[in-house]
Amino acid sequence: MKLLTHNLLSSHVRGVGTRGFPLRLQATEVRINPVEFNPDFVARMIPKVEWAALVQAANTLNLTEVPKEPTEGYEQDETFLRKMHHVLLEVDVLEGTLQCPESGRLFPISRGIPNMLLNDEETET
Amino acid sequence: MPRDACVSCFCGWRPALDSSSFPVSINSVKHSITMNINHKGGLKLNKIEKKFLRKQSRARHVLLQHEGIQAVSHPTQSLVVANGGLGNGVSRKQLLLALENSGPMEALLMPPNKPYAFVIYKTIEESKKAYANLNGKEIIDDLGQKIILYLNYVEKAQWKKLGLQALPPGLLVVEEIISSEDEKMLLESVNWTGDTGNQNFQKSLKHRRVKHFGYEFNYENNSVDKDKPLPGGLPDICNSILEKWLKEGYIKHKPDQLTINQYEPGHGIPAHIDTHSAFEDEIISLSLGSEIVMDFKHPEGVTVQVMLPRRSLLVMTGESRYLWTHGITPRKFDTVQASEQFKGGIITSDIGDLTLSKRGIRTSFTFRKVRRVPCNCSYSSVCDRQRKATLPSLPESSKEACQLEQEHVHRVYDLIARHFSSTRHSPWPRIVEFLKALPSGSVVADVGCGNGKYLGINKELYMIGCDHSQNLLDICREREFQALVCDALSIPFRSGSFDACISIAVIHHFSTAERRVAALQELVRLLRPGGQALIYVWAMEQEYKNHRSKYLRGSKTCLQDKEEINNVIAAEGLLVNQMSGENSEDLESSVSSTDNIKEEGCKPRKVPNSELPVHTNRTSFHSQDVLVPWHLKRNPGKDKAVEPFGLAGCPDPCPVFHRYYHVFCNGELEASCQALGDVNILQSYYDEGNWCVVLQKV
Repeated sequence: MKLLTHNLLSSHVRGVGTRGFPLRLQATEVRINPVEFNPDFVARMIPKVEWAALVQAANTLNLTEVPKEPTEGYEQDETFLRKMHHVLLEVDVLEGTLQCPESGRLFPISRGIPNMLLNDEETET
Repeated sequence: MPRDACVSCFCGWRPALDSSSFPVSINSVKHSITMNINHKGGLKLNKIEKKFLRKQSRARHVLLQHEGIQAVSHPTQSLVVANGGLGNGVSRKQLLLALENSGPMEALLMPPNKPYAFVIYKTIEESKKAYANLNGKEIIDDLGQKIILYLNYVEKAQWKKLGLQALPPGLLVVEEIISSEDEKMLLESVNWTGDTGNQNFQKSLKHRRVKHFGYEFNYENNSVDKDKPLPGGLPDICNSILEKWLKEGYIKHKPDQLTINQYEPGHGIPAHIDTHSAFEDEIISLSLGSEIVMDFKHPEGVTVQVMLPRRSLLVMTGESRYLWTHGITPRKFDTVQASEQFKGGIITSDIGDLTLSKRGIRTSFTFRKVRRVPCNCSYSSVCDRQRKATLPSLPESSKEACQLEQEHVHRVYDLIARHFSSTRHSPWPRIVEFLKALPSGSVVADVGCGNGKYLGINKELYMIGCDHSQNLLDICREREFQALVCDALSIPFRSGSFDACISIAVIHHFSTAERRVAALQELVRLLRPGGQALIYVWAMEQEYKNHRSKYLRGSKTCLQDKEEINNVIAAEGLLVNQMSGENSEDLESSVSSTDNIKEEGCKPRKVPNSELPVHTNRTSFHSQDVLVPWHLKRNPGKDKAVEPFGLAGCPDPCPVFHRYYHVFCNGELEASCQALGDVNILQSYYDEGNWCVVLQKV
């Protein structure tokens, strides 16, 4: 699971609504997967990212510090884009957990795949 | 009927040959043999000659029609000898005697159970001689009956070959498992006379005598009364032999039921599968007194004949026990391998080496273990327990709907994941087109991504796949795609965070209209305003605007789909018969449900408490709610999917699973989408048997 994917994930346990974001990340195995750098692509991702959640996730993984917010004129800032490229697309969480911040429900990540299945009681409305 | 009637019924083997006298002397016919077989009748023929020509031409015709054997009018080295076949009771030895008078032969080929043989002479001269001498000639078969031979020239000695020749999986024949002394003792221990009042119930069935120990076998329901063991259990002599086999590893379980059958020559037992719910996996049968050939048949048509030598033990487990029928054809001779060294096992199609063996009195000891727990084999199509229990009905509550989808969608995809994936390579062009048209940098969810065949189509997108099947997602991860396990009704992404979604062949797996709409609504929730969703569902109409879908055509152009097609073709034989009655009813009700949709919008047909019909693959749908069979092949790579369900004792190479589908009628998908808030339908179309829409969030 890449951190960009994590940034899009939100707990869907019944009743938590928007308070289910962001999922608390804990990783026991992380791999760096080199991906070809595409500055335009990364620049297009930046506005889609919930920045605070990304900073928090990067911190739990002890990654190089992510700026508090995107730099001005980041589209032209190759250093910034390379850093974000690495954080968003090359860091891959293989084993660990995701935790719903509201309900505390834990979701396992195994072989890079988060299992977000809920049981009947957690979903029925 | 005279004996040569058999040329008109070349149906395979011939049952026990009845005695009938042969009315006409054919000797005079010999003189006419020099005539060409295409003779137009210019000569004046006597009555017998005319009759002979009629018969010879009939033999040619039948050989061509039924066996694909093409006779030619010019002399060749090879002749097909009609009526001179193993299936007619003519042994190799006898036919050789008749044929060798005409000169040296290269080969005599006698296909098993066929009423003809091929002879290839060294030269055309010799074959011409045989044609002249033997045509219309009478020979005496192994039962002392007269048979008239009809010969025709052929270019090649060829006939419809038998299918694949291997022992059914799970079958074992252990030769010489007991000594002659033990055999004698066992045979003498069976008292066939005078004890009809005895607890060890004895009956004279139509074709054989039987006796039961341990439990009485009930021929009404082909089962045993599990609560009423017979006093005395198994005979002591058997117990000690069984203990020995257990110790030596020939069998894994100690049986508690014994049926002794005695077959005289000409007796048999109809093809059957021992009732799954009555007996455990392992069924063994000891052959005493005489050898016999047992026929094993796969439901898809393959027949394997297995020689059970005297004093051998037949062990049936797994597929051979659960899926294949076994039986003994009532006849007095068996077609067997001629070579001396051959003993037990398969009768091959090496037709240079087949002959007849006269049956003797065979006594079989069949041991079985009475089943105490429900059968959980993976041959649901032939399992008496599962056939009753597993075909579900349409759900009447959302809880039932969940259960149906769990059992007949999620579980099945997880089990068939590797094989399914191996049949899903080629992306559909219009879906590719949709993905390629999205702006670079779009974030896209593929909800129900399967093996991820669309996740890598456009490298300018950030695509995430979700699916309910962990096994399918493992395949996505091997391809380095982003993937997660979730339910399409509750997708764990923030609302409005996606530029586009695709849902390919997913919504049709939800079993109520409410759940289908909810799944569509969940897709729309993910989209940002202006974002688009592409949705494909399977169509009830597999033929639309005079165009038959790829599914019906069985797409021969697409290599990747080949396995799927084979899979599907294989499914047909099994499933057509099962459900044909119900299908015809469903046709009517589904037509009326189409009307409902047009008039009242999407309203699914509800037939409570009726089993869902099983669809026949590669045919039109007759019902909107169906179970579609999947025949699992277990060799596409290292199939992880097989491990999890390792049903003990069922090493089964081709089990059948049923997936639930709700196939959509024309207009139904649009109607469902109109029930959603915040979206417009940008496009709707039909694509090779699927209904498709492109939605845009407002």
